[in-house]
Amino acid sequence: MTDLLAMTAVQQAERIRAGEVSPREAFDFWRGRAEADDLGSYLWVAEEAPADLGELPPVAVKDLFCVEGVPSAAGSRILEGYRPPYTATSVRNLRSAGAAVLGKTNQDEFAMGSSNENSGFGPVQNPWDRERVPGGSSGGSAAAVAAGNAPWAIGTDTGGSIRQPASLCGVVGLKPTYGAVSRYGMIAFASSLDQCGPLTRDVTDAALLFRHLVGRDPCDSTSLAFPEEVALPTAERLDGLRFGVWGLGEEGLDPGVADVVRATLGRLEELGGGVEEIELPSARHGIAAYYVIAPAEASANLARYDGVRYGPRSGDGDLTAMYEQTRHDGFGDEVKRRIMIGTYALSSGYYEAYYGTAQKVRTRIADDFRAAFERVDFVVTPTSPTVAFELGERTADPLAMYLSDYFTVPMPLAGIPAVSIPCGLSEGLPVGFQIAGPAFSESRILDAAYALERAIGFEGVPRT
Amino acid sequence: MIDREQVLHVARLARLRLSEEEVDRMAGEMSTILEHVETMNELDLEGVEPTTHVVELQNVLREDVPRDSLPRELALEQAPDPADGGFRVPTPGHG
Repeated sequence: MTDLLAMTAVQQAERIRAGEVSPREAFDFWRGRAEADDLGSYLWVAEEAPADLGELPPVAVKDLFCVEGVPSAAGSRILEGYRPPYTATSVRNLRSAGAAVLGKTNQDEFAMGSSNENSGFGPVQNPWDRERVPGGSSGGSAAAVAAGNAPWAIGTDTGGSIRQPASLCGVVGLKPTYGAVSRYGMIAFASSLDQCGPLTRDVTDAALLFRHLVGRDPCDSTSLAFPEEVALPTAERLDGLRFGVWGLGEEGLDPGVADVVRATLGRLEELGGGVEEIELPSARHGIAAYYVIAPAEASANLARYDGVRYGPRSGDGDLTAMYEQTRHDGFGDEVKRRIMIGTYALSSGYYEAYYGTAQKVRTRIADDFRAAFERVDFVVTPTSPTVAFELGERTADPLAMYLSDYFTVPMPLAGIPAVSIPCGLSEGLPVGFQIAGPAFSESRILDAAYALERAIGFEGVPRT
Repeated sequence: MIDREQVLHVARLARLRLSEEEVDRMAGEMSTILEHVETMNELDLEGVEPTTHVVELQNVLREDVPRDSLPRELALEQAPDPADGGFRVPTPGHG
C-alpha cells in the first residue's frame, strides 16, 4: 500500500481502474496520511469514506469551499463551526468525476495572505523547512501535496494564492482563466479575480484535475464553457514556441532565484523554444492596482459577516454595536486592514481616485499582455521573488508581504491563466517558474510545462 | 496621511469596532499601503477605459421558471439566535 505515496494521482487512478487498488484502500491510505499530518495543513479530515467512492484518489479541498455538512470557515474565526447547507460546484464536479473530499486545508483567513500566517486557526509549516512558511493563501493545500499528505488538492488564486504556495512548496499550481471554473460555493474574497484551480505533484495531475473542474455553471453567471476537453500533456519538445521573459531585472528579485530561473530559460532553449525579453510596461503597477481592487471587493463581500445568519455573535448593546463587536472579535488583523483599505477606497470622494484609477490600470495591464501575445506564445517569470521565508519574518510589514505577489498579480488582473512548476532549488528551497498564456490557453500552457518538467526532473521533498 | 479621525470614520462605515491600539496601528499601516497604491498615478491613464470584467460576456439570463429555494429551517439552522422562523437581532439603536 505504501507505494501509493510514491505515485502521482494519475498513476493511482490507473491502478484503481485496473482493479489493483480498491477505491476504499486508496481513500483509507490517504485518510491515514491526512490524519497524521503534523504541519498544520488540515483543518478537518474526513472521518470515513463516503459510500459512493469513485475511481480517482481523494482530493484535499481548501477550507473556503463550501461542502455540505462539513466545517467550511475560510480560515476565519467569524465562520467557526459553520457547516454549509450546500456544496460548491467545483467540489461537486470532482465528486462526480470520482474524487471524494479527503479534508479541508488550512489557509489565510478569507484567502488574504501570502504566508498562511493569517489563518484564524494557526500557521502551516513548510515541509522543506518547518521554520518557514508554505506561502499562501492556499498554504495548507500546497504543504499537504508536497509532504505526501494529500494525493492532490484544490485551492483558489486571487493575486497568486495557488501559484505562490505551489512555488514555495515545490509543487505544481494552476490559476485558470477567469470564468473557466465555477465560483459557486467558494467563499468570496474578490469576485472579479477569484479562481479555483489545482495544486498537484506534477503537470499531468494538474491537467487531469483541471479537466474535471471546468465548465459553465448556471449558478455562476461569470462562468463559461471551456472551449475544448482539457488534454493530458504529451509534448517532448518546444520547437517553434516563443517564450517572453518578464521581470528578471526587478530589484526585489533574489539573486539565487534569478539564477535558477535563468538556468530554466536555458532548458527552454535546449528543448527548441525561443526565449526573448519582453516589456509589460504597466505590470509593475499591478500590486498598487490589486491592493485597491481586491480590498474594495472584499469590503463588500465581507459585509455579510455580521452575526445575524451564521457564525458567532458578540456585543450586548444595540444592533449596530452587535455588528461592530462581532466583526471586531471575528476578523483577524489582515482582514480588518483590507476591509478598512477597501471601505476607504470606495468611500464618497475617493472612489474615482482609487477604484476608478485601479480599473484603468487593469485595462493597461491586460493590453500589455495582449501586445505581448502577438509576439510570443507565453510570458514566463519567476513565480515568487524569493524562496520560502521564515515564519514571522514579514508579519510586521504588510507591504513587504504584499510584494511577495509581484509576479503573480498581473495575470488575474488580466484574467489570464498561468501555471507555476518547480524548476530547481536555491539555498535548498524550491524555486517556482511561472508560464502564462492568453485566456483559455491552459492546454498549451500545461503541454509546455510538461516538456519543461521532464527536462528539469525536479525531485520533491522526501516523503516519509 | 491617514489620521485617527479618518480611521474612526472608515471603521464606522465598515461597521467595525477597533480597539485604541488598533486605531493607532491602522492609521500608520493604511498610510503606508495607500502611499504605495498611489504610485499607480505615475501611469498616463488619459482616455483609458476602466475594466470591470475581464472576459467578454454579455448579459447572462436564465429562463424565468420557479424553483425550490433553501428550506427555511435549513437557512435558520446556523443562526446565532433564530426565533419564530426568522433571525432575531438586538433592537436597532440611533447610531
